[in-house]
Amino acid sequence: MNIQTICRPLFSGKVAPREGTLPWGRHGEYDGLMYVYDQYDQTIVDERVAQFRDQTARFLTGQISDEAFLPLRLQNGLYVQRLAPMLRIAVPYGLMNSTQLRKLADISRDYDKGYAHISTRQNVQLNWPQLEEVPDILEELASVQMHAIQTSGNCIRNTTTDQFAGVAPDELDDPRPYCEIIRQWSTLHPEFAFLPRKFKIAVCGSRQDRAAIHNHDIGLDLVTDAENNLGLKVLVGGGLGRTPAIGAVIREWLHPTHLLTYLEAILRVYNQHGRRDNKYKARIKILVKAMGVPAFREAVEQEWRSLKNGPTTLTQQAIDHARSFFRAPDYAILDSEDARQDIQSRCMADPIFAQWFQSNTQAHRMPGYRIVTLSLKATGYAPGDITAEQMELVAELADRYAYGEIRSTHQQNLVLADVRMSLLYELWQELQPAGLATANIGFLTDMICCPGGDYCSLANAKSIPVAEAIQSRFDSLDYLYDLGPIELNISGCMNACGHHHIGHIGILGVDKKGQEFYQVSLGGSQSKDASLGKILGPSFKQEDMPDIIDTILCTYLSLRKAEESFLETYRRVGINPFKERVYAQNY
Amino acid sequence: MPKIIRRGVITADNRHGIDADAETTLPGQVCTLAQWLKLADKCGSAVQLEPGQPPAPLLEHLEDIELVVIHFPVLTDGRGFSYGRELRERGYLGELRASGHFIRDQLTYLVRCGFDAFQMADNTDLEAALLSLNDFSEHYQAAVDEPLPLFRRRQIAAS
Ligand code: SF4
Repeated sequence: MNIQTICRPLFSGKVAPREGTLPWGRHGEYDGLMYVYDQYDQTIVDERVAQFRDQTARFLTGQISDEAFLPLRLQNGLYVQRLAPMLRIAVPYGLMNSTQLRKLADISRDYDKGYAHISTRQNVQLNWPQLEEVPDILEELASVQMHAIQTSGNCIRNTTTDQFAGVAPDELDDPRPYCEIIRQWSTLHPEFAFLPRKFKIAVCGSRQDRAAIHNHDIGLDLVTDAENNLGLKVLVGGGLGRTPAIGAVIREWLHPTHLLTYLEAILRVYNQHGRRDNKYKARIKILVKAMGVPAFREAVEQEWRSLKNGPTTLTQQAIDHARSFFRAPDYAILDSEDARQDIQSRCMADPIFAQWFQSNTQAHRMPGYRIVTLSLKATGYAPGDITAEQMELVAELADRYAYGEIRSTHQQNLVLADVRMSLLYELWQELQPAGLATANIGFLTDMICCPGGDYCSLANAKSIPVAEAIQSRFDSLDYLYDLGPIELNISGCMNACGHHHIGHIGILGVDKKGQEFYQVSLGGSQSKDASLGKILGPSFKQEDMPDIIDTILCTYLSLRKAEESFLETYRRVGINPFKERVYAQNY
Repeated sequence: MPKIIRRGVITADNRHGIDADAETTLPGQVCTLAQWLKLADKCGSAVQLEPGQPPAPLLEHLEDIELVVIHFPVLTDGRGFSYGRELRERGYLGELRASGHFIRDQLTYLVRCGFDAFQMADNTDLEAALLSLNDFSEHYQAAVDEPLPLFRRRQIAAS
């Protein structure tokens, strides 16, 4: 039996029909896989493309000033970067199908330099598009039910979630239907398009938080109350940037039907009272701090009283409708013992495969299946970058092995969520030559890294060369495995797109009298036990960074007890032993 | 007399504009919030709100007020969107006018938040600005112009 017949692709590679799609209940070829546009969604996205085409034309003929065009282009994902514009394409909660990924490959080839970048908000970025061509790119995206709406600007951004949603064994409920409901509500929301600052929402549906909900403007955690009813815990005011903060719980349990009215109440308080005089003090975390959590909560509750039970209250049908798009594919009933034995013998025979299996595949809630992470962190390549050829290959592999579905992660990797264990070896053999099988997921070299000074006009320092220097220094997998799980995150400036505050090791580019320096922090965590890293001390030169990291790692190895992870050791011994060793070296 | 857009047509504005320094205001003249609060008779009054002046003090007099102007000193300050929406949700039926430095590309959002008149700082091409009122024919959210969110309308269409 060949792979095609074992793994029936649910998605045949055609775009779902646009005309004649029923408004309710019919999904067509993407059945159970992901959200599918109906004519309403398509109309909105098409009209948005036409609007931006007109805006761009008016800008190019001088009818719109730079200042007025700025928010318009930002809200369509277009930045002006150091070298060229950058276009950020939305991947709602990190979910794509193979047709969409193929389209991204085509676009990156036709309008860019043949590669793209996965961002820490699960989006896809193009670094070299031409402004005049952006309307055409948006039109191409709309043809596969994609867009770049609100991927930047001071508005509600792409909602993010767990990259293992729907397949994780520790999941209480699938967060994706709620993400889609939020996507629709926030798309072109008339009241909240000109907020004091950007606004980010994340949803978590599992025990372990893989969506960093404590570090978002709003974090939503699916939880049950004492009677076991499912609801949402609401956190507000988390964030990174200059003033990192852990979100505060403002409601322990909210009935899901009230989700949107409650969000609207929070946003209304923020829109009216968030600071607009200083962009570094404009995020909601500053407002929550200034008001204090009880007063902020009270202000939200008061706004909510007039919105609660209004027309924006979700109906159970609306929730069920959203849910119907994320049903499980029709998994085969497999014997987990057979699968385990099969993998075991493969691993015995091929230790390189064994390493990859250990680090790049995760337990799946269905017996006989695994979740596979494709590493975009090969040494020598910018973290999160992917070429057009790789995108095409991944699309093909997704069709053959994983129901045509691909996910992007905020750690800047890709995921095939539903792979049969019996097919893992073949999949791995296909990934290897394409450079997509580096067995480092969750280890030091699987680092998060923003585009930094190579691309970004806001940067204080480059981040990619630091990532590359660390990757090549610590290239031995055996050493990485001995170190155990370590998250290293790099940002090129305070804006913290590389999430440096929540890395176990965080690196931040700083400007010291016109020179690029790097500040190191330790002990951050993005899990449910969230914490922010502590700054080690004075910053370092770029060329010293691999040595600094080396000293930190050696310190950990000398101090760790038994099976302690880096973070556990740090939490036990504190920052001082690291400080002493690093600064004893005289950098 | 400045030209404005009112209910989708270009028209002249015949009202006395705001004079923030005036001790007393003429009948029907647009008042600052401070001037308006001092008016003994608010019947037929017109008041302008600045960013940072939420409409709370107006809520008791919504039936008396003829015009609320919401000022947008810069196009990126979105507080006025919430003010407009709140006024309409609380039952204000008079003219709700946006004035200042917003641009035509914001008109659909403003309309959705309940604005029915637009006094644009740059009013050189109001004919062209009118076109922007038709940018979108479909919306996800409930708003002043569309009381039902799309998820409810989908449900109705399917039943
Ligand atoms: S962290 Fe700074 S340098 Fe890096 S992408 Fe964000 S803004 Fe640019």
